[in-house]
Amino acid sequence: MTQSPKPPLLNVLPLKERMKLPRQHMLEQPALERATNFTEVNLGYSEELARQEAARCLECAKPKCTIDCPVGVKVKEFVQLIVAGDFMGAAAKIREDNVLPAITGRVCPQEDHCEGGCLMGKKVQPLGIGYLERFVADYEQRHLDISNLPKAPPTGKKVAIVGSGPSGLTAAGDLVQRGHQVHVFEALHTPGGVLVYGIPEFRLPKQIIREQIDYMRAMGVVFETDVVVGRTVTIDELMEEEGYDAVFIGTGAGLPQFMGIPGEHFNGVYSANEFLTRINLMHAYEFPKYDEPMVDFRGKNVAVVGGGNTALDAIRSALRLGAGKAFILYRRSEAEMPARKEEVEHAKQEGIEFQVLAAPLEFLDDGKGWLTAARCQKMALGEPDASGRRRPVPIEGSEYEIPLAVAVIAIGTSANPIVQSTTPGLNTNKRNYIEADPTTQRTSRKGVFAGGDIVTGSATVILAMGAGRRAAKSIHEYLSTSGDW
Amino acid sequence: MFKILHAEFLAPGIKRFEIEAPRIAHKQKPGQFVILRLYEQGERIPITIEHSDPERGTIRIVVQSAGKTTTLLNSLNTGDSILNVVGPLGKPSDIEKFGTVVVMGGGVGTAMAYPTAAALKHAGNRVITIVGARNKELVILERELRECSDALMITTDDGSYADKGFVTDKLRQLIENGTRIDLVLAIGPIPMMRAVAEMTRKEHIRTVVSLNPIMIDGTGMCGGCRVLVDGKSEFACVDGPEFDAHRVDFSVLVQRNSMYRTAEQKSMEAFQQDPESQVEAIHAEQTGACALKGIDR
Ligand SMILES: Cc1cc2nc3c(=O)[nH]c(=O)nc-3n(C[C@H](O)[C@H](O)[C@H](O)COP(=O)(O)OP(=O)(O)OC[C@H]3O[C@@H](n4cnc5c(N)ncnc54)[C@H](O)[C@@H]3O)c2cc1C
Ligand SMILES: Cc1cc2nc3c(=O)[nH]c(=O)nc-3n(C[C@H](O)[C@H](O)[C@H](O)COP(=O)(O)OP(=O)(O)OC[C@H]3O[C@@H](n4cnc5c(N)ncnc54)[C@H](O)[C@@H]3O)c2cc1C
Ligand code: SF4
Ligand code: SF4
Ligand code: FES
Repeated sequence: MTQSPKPPLLNVLPLKERMKLPRQHMLEQPALERATNFTEVNLGYSEELARQEAARCLECAKPKCTIDCPVGVKVKEFVQLIVAGDFMGAAAKIREDNVLPAITGRVCPQEDHCEGGCLMGKKVQPLGIGYLERFVADYEQRHLDISNLPKAPPTGKKVAIVGSGPSGLTAAGDLVQRGHQVHVFEALHTPGGVLVYGIPEFRLPKQIIREQIDYMRAMGVVFETDVVVGRTVTIDELMEEEGYDAVFIGTGAGLPQFMGIPGEHFNGVYSANEFLTRINLMHAYEFPKYDEPMVDFRGKNVAVVGGGNTALDAIRSALRLGAGKAFILYRRSEAEMPARKEEVEHAKQEGIEFQVLAAPLEFLDDGKGWLTAARCQKMALGEPDASGRRRPVPIEGSEYEIPLAVAVIAIGTSANPIVQSTTPGLNTNKRNYIEADPTTQRTSRKGVFAGGDIVTGSATVILAMGAGRRAAKSIHEYLSTSGDW
Repeated sequence: MFKILHAEFLAPGIKRFEIEAPRIAHKQKPGQFVILRLYEQGERIPITIEHSDPERGTIRIVVQSAGKTTTLLNSLNTGDSILNVVGPLGKPSDIEKFGTVVVMGGGVGTAMAYPTAAALKHAGNRVITIVGARNKELVILERELRECSDALMITTDDGSYADKGFVTDKLRQLIENGTRIDLVLAIGPIPMMRAVAEMTRKEHIRTVVSLNPIMIDGTGMCGGCRVLVDGKSEFACVDGPEFDAHRVDFSVLVQRNSMYRTAEQKSMEAFQQDPESQVEAIHAEQTGACALKGIDR
């Protein structure tokens, strides 16, 4: 950690001086140590570091940070409250726009949003907005008494939320604050969506999600796990038989995509979803304390195919489970990798190897169905494709083989189909995502709203939360008016 | 939490449970299953719904002790609870009037085949049921199956009850006698389903098997349950569990089911050293802090 000059506690420093202050680093577990455990990498700011970092903010007249945040967190305001030492006030300020700050502070791709917009980034390093948000949320968690949260007067209206990922949780939190009776249905045995089954402990401790869920329970939200809507109960039944006045669908894009190459059925080839679900939801990294097993690949080669957050989460988990050599196979170059920059940096420090411009063509086995190697091909970058990123083009004759014990496919996901196939009249697009109005989140079915990955395809936590928030507003309007559709 | 209203052994190592699960009881169709988890550190395992009673809000399952989770489950009794039960999952069996249907159950597969056999009978089919067990003690659901079958044949591997031999011997007899068979449904150990598939393939008899790969979520999310059907990956939890037997690659199923054998054995050995303490841990969890699990309120 670098030693930096300490600013005064109230922001009296002239702007020019503020620009000279370096960004405060967050303490983290040393790379070699953390590569062997599942405890969180980032350790958080102390109160003093937080105030020092906050003091760097230039208090812009037209803050780009807020404009570039998908939910418009009032960064300037909450940061000034930190400078003044009013951490609970800062938390309340963030909560006006963002109900899950402990999570977004940790997982938002800040470089694409708030910090990407921050004016200071033009000259020096941007303000550590994510770190500050996280600090404030953690502080609030330690000091908040959830035993008697203020409750809005009941409206007598019932809303069902399908899926407990960030979109569903946000909608639930906003609706219960408006006095509606909110019931969340979740297919898995633990609420939280990708936050629980996908993103690993070392990046987002499960305790944080449990605390957020407890907070919502204290506000009055009821969670019912083990309900696969469409199978256990349908949307029609919820509305007609169980008396729900409105339904929000936030079922996510949880279906794994495979590559369709030979050998994907071999033992040792996983989808990222299965690999991460075993580890996170089922705690396979704590086998045999937990019953869920994982194949033993200690000391062996593990490759993850893909370059997003999912790929990095999988490969870093593999490293923590004792992989001898852990590497990413990505068909474009590092510049095109969609993962958060901080994760790429962290992964490199931990010793993850990046084999970019390469893709597997086929998996090979030992003759008994156990993976032994992948046959890969090198790529070059061609013209930009529809996503604006340069398209990978295979190089003829560049095939090579790498020995592998485990391969994890993390090339993307698609829409969870169960609700769509069991809800007549619910319009979907060609790829089976639910069609919803981008401002009201209304679907083609009266009283039914949708948002998050099930509408947009896999995106980010904060975009899903934004959709949940718009839906809650729109559901509230629908329930408070004549209910025209 | 899901309360066990009744539990009884049907045979050594095979137990039937009646569980309070009103939502599932309302929706279950023959051929569907639940996924359950016994306690916080437990794994999720799929078990077929043998019967459901929407009025009472209960479902029944029949479980054979195979490894740690099923053995632990079979140590639970009336009045205990199961932490998580989710369902009904999977595509229901195809029930229509086919003509003559041969329903074959091997071991605990008999209980899995029973609801479909009953529904096929109800749909007007002539149902010939063949059940096989290792010995007399392990023959289960004989009375129930007799009620829904036009003919019931029983085989035991050791001849200790009914006819000595395998279920495939009976199927061969039927074919050799020139019995017209429109559909065969076979549920049991993989070698049995595979043998049935080979036999009926030659005779061009449509055959359905219910596959039992390793599952986690049961909703199509993990892809762990993928089976090779006609050379393509299908997810048994959403595309199945029933598949056309003649298109299934049984070797891949056997191979994938062996993936965690070492770990499973380790689990089982550790469990067997002190099974009581595990059951006690479940009891403690159920009476203690976890009263909030499942539905709140
Ligand atoms: C491994 C991984 C890492 C990621 N890392 C980041 C990151 O660092 N930063 C970031 O911003 N984004 C990240 N993302 C993306 C982000 O997690 C998602 O965009 C976000 O979670 C989408 O939220 P959602 O509410 O739409 O759905 P999800 O989080 O997918 O939740 C949907 C929930 O609905 C449930 N469900 C589905 N079908 C049914 C049904 N029929 N009935 C009841 N329940 C149902 C599911 O079980 C699930 O719990 C990551 C994604 C993955 C997979
Ligand atoms: C759709 C479906 C429905 C099922 N219905 C029933 C049912 O109604 N009653 C019932 O008793 N079982 C049923 N099973 C099988 C049951 O899920 C497994 O027996 C169980 O998961 C084993 O868990 P375990 O921890 O006790 O044993 P493990 O330790 O996992 O396995 C012990 C031994 O059993 C074998 N085994 C493992 N998994 C399976 C499997 N899926 N099928 C067969 N053998 C296996 C292995 O070879 C292993 O050596 C069903 C499986 C599926 C997929
Ligand atoms: S919610 Fe995300 S994008 Fe918005 S300010 Fe917080 S960290 Fe930045
Ligand atoms: S853009 Fe940066 S410097 Fe300006 S107000 Fe926002 S955080 Fe502060
Ligand atoms: S069990 Fe996960 S996809 Fe079938």
